[in-house]
Amino acid sequence: MCVLAEEGYTGTADVKAFLAEHHGLALSDVDGHLYHHLNEEAIRHLFRVSSSLDSMVLGEPQILGQVKDAYGYASEFKSIGAVLDKFFSKAFSVAKRVRTETKVASSAVSISYAGVELARKIFGDLKDKTVMLIGAGEMCELAARHLLNAGVKGIMVTNRTYERAVKLAEEFDGTAIRFEEMVSHLKTADIVISSTGSPHFILKRDDVEEVIRIRRNRPMFFVDMAVPRDIDPDINDIDNVYVYDIDDLNNVIETNLEERQKEAGRAEEIVVTEVAAFRRWLDAQQVTPTIVSLRRKFDEIREAEVAKAMSMLGTDDPKTRKVVEALASSILNKVLHAPVTALKNDGNGRDPMELVAVVRELFDLTDGGKDCE
Amino acid sequence: MQTLLLKSTTATYLVGALLYLYFIVTLKERGARLGRMFLLIGVVMHLFGFGMRFAEAGHTPITNLFESLSFFALVIVGAFLATELRYNLRVLGAFVAPLAFLFSLLSAFQKSELQSLNPALNSSWLPVHVIVLFIAYAFFAVQFAAGIMYLMQERQLKGKHLGAIFKRLPSLDVLDDINYRCLTIGFPLLTIGIITGSVWAQDAWGTYWSWDPKETASLATWLVYAALLHGRLTVGWRGRKAAIVAIVGFLLVVFTFLGINLLPAGKHTYASIAR
Repeated sequence: MCVLAEEGYTGTADVKAFLAEHHGLALSDVDGHLYHHLNEEAIRHLFRVSSSLDSMVLGEPQILGQVKDAYGYASEFKSIGAVLDKFFSKAFSVAKRVRTETKVASSAVSISYAGVELARKIFGDLKDKTVMLIGAGEMCELAARHLLNAGVKGIMVTNRTYERAVKLAEEFDGTAIRFEEMVSHLKTADIVISSTGSPHFILKRDDVEEVIRIRRNRPMFFVDMAVPRDIDPDINDIDNVYVYDIDDLNNVIETNLEERQKEAGRAEEIVVTEVAAFRRWLDAQQVTPTIVSLRRKFDEIREAEVAKAMSMLGTDDPKTRKVVEALASSILNKVLHAPVTALKNDGNGRDPMELVAVVRELFDLTDGGKDCE
Repeated sequence: MQTLLLKSTTATYLVGALLYLYFIVTLKERGARLGRMFLLIGVVMHLFGFGMRFAEAGHTPITNLFESLSFFALVIVGAFLATELRYNLRVLGAFVAPLAFLFSLLSAFQKSELQSLNPALNSSWLPVHVIVLFIAYAFFAVQFAAGIMYLMQERQLKGKHLGAIFKRLPSLDVLDDINYRCLTIGFPLLTIGIITGSVWAQDAWGTYWSWDPKETASLATWLVYAALLHGRLTVGWRGRKAAIVAIVGFLLVVFTFLGINLLPAGKHTYASIAR
């Protein structure tokens, strides 16, 4: 959970009190689980979270989706102001930069997904491939789900208890197969995922050699999730057959994680430059610089208009000039009085940044925020 | 002018090859895009040069080693660009483009002056026989590169050490598909090339087949590819085995094309290596 508030809105204490009340917990219970960041730290935090540099698994793509959801709810309930809006869209673009310019999220870091990545490198397209699940298990099912998402054609499920196979097959919209008939159905399976509680190998080299001959050497990929092993590792030596067990997959993931770690440094650099740019933009949104640039803009207009009026009058008489200048100044001062007063009063109870953003937009004050556009 | 044009394609192919190598190392798309652009420019220059030389010589300019090697580089690049278009497989360029450059470079060391046509070669069979064979060779070159890539990728998968190569090379399935496609293009052309050569031999020398070294080597090459095609279609050879046969086949092609010229004279020694 993450609460974002703009400056001057509410204090951290209020947020904590709200959270405690909302969940019916004591304030002291809530407190230990919270952390808060202010200003630049807060910017860095959101940028890093969105880019998934802050997650348990570096580069996990889900986190950006969660941030986007939060943003969606907030804008739905109109609880997001101009500055926070800008903040979020910047966070999304930082996340995109990190994803495209570094390899932080380029390779699989979960066992089941590593299986899919390997299958893709063996088979290319998985569209016309069939999967056989032997036994059940969380890891096994997760891998099957990933493969279904990747578009495999069908799933066969087999289990020593036929009823369980039927149940699981229903879940995956596949077909159940009796355990005794497993080997005879193997020839139609391209990918085999196994995790049974069997104390010895359930697939031997001879079985698979026979199957691969019937398949006319079309490749097979075995994923052995079981401990102890279900599939004889020697099967990996058969041409066009690839066997990965759980340790192999863990090694793959570890290598990928190491690479992500290396890339993380480059990602952090991107975050640093983006935080600085956003900070500059934010500073420009402050009250005083806004008043200054408002004045400067109007002074420019005044000078230009006075010069134009003088040339139209066709005279250089100092007295006339004085009158014209006084006229222009007094109009401008009266026009500017109300907005400047409102800004100086910190928005009369409204969010000052909100007001600053409105003023900047209405008067087209673009200086200072350019780095961030 | 045409000689200069033909020779400068070597530099263009070199730049193309280097850009593809840059791409495979850094995975920066721009490398592959520029690489393809340079190869395309090379092909256009090459075709112009070839056409000009044709006009100047009055016969198909594939009659000596300079011309043959140069033409070989051209068709390899052409076969690669066609394959890349079909499979959208840019990393292939890092393997094939250097090969094309190598032959191009070899041609640059040969005598490039136009020579008067050997009367034995003065026949309308010349363009058919030679061009058809070189196109076959070019697809075998692409198949050779895909075979090497297959063996590298298979080694990664079998050895379970998935490094930078694993990430850069495509799936085994694609590489094996290239093996088959190139075979289905190259083998019929090789067959036509040998048959037209034989018919031409009957015309020129009065015998269809005289077992000169080049003919014998061609037959051996043909047998290797015939075995590969047969194996693929009937017993389901594929993958590693098919890749190895493709590599052996292409080495035989290179031997037939260049190696034979190092042997003492046979009838096909028009294109001997300058020593």
